[in-house]
Amino acid sequence: MSAEAKIRIRGLCKAFGNKVVLDGIDLDVAPGTSMVVIGGSGTGKSVLLKCVLGLLEPDAGSIEIDGRDVLALDRREAEAVRARIGMLFQNGALFDSLPVWENVAFGLLARKHVSRREARARAEEVLAQVGLGAEVASLWPAELSGGMQKRVGLARAIAAQPDILFFDEPTTGLDPIMGAVIDGLIVDCVKRLGSTAVAITHDMASARRIGDRAAMLFQGHLVWEGPAAGLLESGNAVVDQFTHGRREGPIQMELRR
Amino acid sequence: MRPRANPLAALGAAAIAVCRATGRITLFAIEGISHLARPPFYGRLLLRALLDIGYYSLPVVALTAVFTGMVLALQSAIGLSRFNAESAIANLVVLSLTRELGPVLAGLMVAGRVGAAMAAELGTMRVTDQIDALSTLSTNPMKYLVTPRLAAAVIALPLLVVIADILGVLGGFVIASVKLGFNPHVYLANTLNFVQAGDVVSGLVKAAVFGFLVALMGCYQGYNSKGGAEGVGAATTNAVVSASVLILAFDYVLTELFFAR
Repeated sequence: MSAEAKIRIRGLCKAFGNKVVLDGIDLDVAPGTSMVVIGGSGTGKSVLLKCVLGLLEPDAGSIEIDGRDVLALDRREAEAVRARIGMLFQNGALFDSLPVWENVAFGLLARKHVSRREARARAEEVLAQVGLGAEVASLWPAELSGGMQKRVGLARAIAAQPDILFFDEPTTGLDPIMGAVIDGLIVDCVKRLGSTAVAITHDMASARRIGDRAAMLFQGHLVWEGPAAGLLESGNAVVDQFTHGRREGPIQMELRR
Repeated sequence: MRPRANPLAALGAAAIAVCRATGRITLFAIEGISHLARPPFYGRLLLRALLDIGYYSLPVVALTAVFTGMVLALQSAIGLSRFNAESAIANLVVLSLTRELGPVLAGLMVAGRVGAAMAAELGTMRVTDQIDALSTLSTNPMKYLVTPRLAAAVIALPLLVVIADILGVLGGFVIASVKLGFNPHVYLANTLNFVQAGDVVSGLVKAAVFGFLVALMGCYQGYNSKGGAEGVGAATTNAVVSASVLILAFDYVLTELFFAR
């Protein structure tokens, strides 16, 4: 699989001071598939995504996208590769100072592909794809509910029809029904665009709905990888404890009294 | 048992921290300026920043200038009367305002109003991942957020100071002619005859530098804030305090440059 991987990560290391967050991560994501990375809070899932996106600089390792090591490319080439990645942030990360339609069309306007009128039309089209009406386009992010903000964030991520989509905790802070709705929209969007997707979550229901494959991050290592459908019967002690939410097991929570 | 603090080591650590911060701020400023010459250009953002920094700061700067001019006239009347030199009030007011008080007070007012707002806005954008989101949407956050603010502050502050100079002189004029009994025509003639282009220009150059410092510290502190609401609050305080101190320090340096013989 590694020869034809859309995203190929080898030996990725990242530490903050003395705290080692990623310690030699190897991960392949095949084209057109969805990979879900699970793990507890603070285990480095977001750091992994930020390294691929170029928001953090890894200490060691390589990140290949379509066979090109983005860490070895010059800044402009790396930006061109990363321009094909859409990202849904955990809290939406919508721009407060812009109305919804400008948030959605931001990437299109930034790349100067379209006029503002065309961008607005495209934004309304994409908003419809995530179940939001044209009337939402003129609202401000502060006027939206949490679920609507996630939908707008998703619309912004898919507006430029990226090859690769990243989702950072897409259902965090949502009720179970809205979580299922967002997961459904994510699956629809990924299929419609034919994109390769990487999602990070600690919501097991979400992981099984979104992912084709899953991997578990624990103490800086990927300790298990397999089909997402088999998450609950992985046979791995770490994964079993995490997916079933057991107190006893190899994962020891650091509690201070 | 805790080791005893070594004052020399503490002094050294503080010196290193200051050098590091200076280096980081300098690199931040260079990157912000470097984007001025490279497309894309965000004219819409520059105009918005000009409005925020210039137009909306006008009331507070104008009020400060008027009252400062009035106080200057009153105080100098008291002081100069001891030497029978009341006729120099007009000269003192216009010189103090154009060379020093106009740019310094406008800079401090804008630091409190605009520097704090910049730090809070960019800090909130940082802790809510909006700055990271810009990067993922093919937009350089420095170019989009910092460069227009730096440019707008450098343009807006001198314009504000021109208005502050005029209003400050008017404040002094009103007090001198209404309260101190000066002949209005003589006062204005004294003012216009005494002030030189160099006095005004040096004040405007100072204003441009102070505008740059206010925007730089506001953007730097906000852009690098971390730790949620508390971090944004700290960034806002640091932006105002550091900009205010730098304004006073650079005021001395620029005064030395322009006027020391």
